Amino acid sequence: MRLTLEFGGGLELLCDSEKIHKVNVDLPNGAAAADDFTMKHLLSWVRTNLIKERPEMFMKGDTVRPGVLVLVNDCDWELSGQLDTTIEEKDVIVFISTLHGG
Amino acid sequence: MDDIVKMIGLKNNCTFCGVFRRQALDRGAALLKVDKLVTGHNADDIAETVLLNILRGDIARLSRCTSITTGEDGPIPRCKPFKYTYEKEIVMYAYFKKLDYFSTECIYSPNAYRGFVREFIKDLERLRPRAILDIIKSGEDFRIATTTKMPEQGTCERCGYISSQKWCKACVLLEGLNRGLPKMGIGRPRGVNGDHKKDTKKPGPAVKSIESKQCGSLDFQNFGN
Repeated sequence: MRLTLEFGGGLELLCDSEKIHKVNVDLPNGAAAADDFTMKHLLSWVRTNLIKERPEMFMKGDTVRPGVLVLVNDCDWELSGQLDTTIEEKDVIVFISTLHGG
Repeated sequence: MDDIVKMIGLKNNCTFCGVFRRQALDRGAALLKVDKLVTGHNADDIAETVLLNILRGDIARLSRCTSITTGEDGPIPRCKPFKYTYEKEIVMYAYFKKLDYFSTECIYSPNAYRGFVREFIKDLERLRPRAILDIIKSGEDFRIATTTKMPEQGTCERCGYISSQKWCKACVLLEGLNRGLPKMGIGRPRGVNGDHKKDTKKPGPAVKSIESKQCGSLDFQNFGN
């Protein structure tokens, strides 16, 4: 499944300072899962494949660290079910960290 | 800041940075003869400050930290217009309007106390987003007992700024740095000539002596963070 992932607010530093990643994600456990591909699967894929350092800055347990905004196609994921949000081909997912020094 | 951290180590950095930055802001504002000084503190910051002051038992700051405007009776009042705006809203706004902003982490204080409070507040926000505004409201509703001893406002003997002690915090810290006593001004107050370890070597290697000019009778608000 081809997706575009963007990292902002400092998170790009965890992925070799690349802000935009165009990726091809393998569906877990067979093609039948095409409709079941959710943010939960994507997050663990990202943690394994894209986060090169300090994973605790990106994730806490099964979900993103509190303070990280997730937008799926420019829409806050809290409106689409958070971890249960289904992901489709060509979706754009943005992760922005809101935690900054002052 | 690099030089300061070389001298004082990795603890209490926030004290030095915050006090000196605030002083720089105040002096700069005075030089420009502005009417008001406006900062970008958002709801998350104010909520963190309320909790921080409770945890540290700082009753004086607790009573002031939720005011949207401070120092109205001084020459340059300070205001925080984003007091009720969540950090999340601000970040989303910046993202959709494609605004450029700095998002670098402070490298000097990974173990700052505020970091722990921030984690806690973020966890609270996840469970009940209104918690942040509620904490601010609670902070506003605090009333201090009239029998509590509060610090009195006077002026600093060294530079003339407002201070609740004999010397304002910036002067105390500066003196400590210049004299090679990095712990001066940190921790529980022991008086200006407290019983520190005798460390009368020359001041640290590359500390630039930031001489604070005499400000005479200028009367500026110089409350802490």
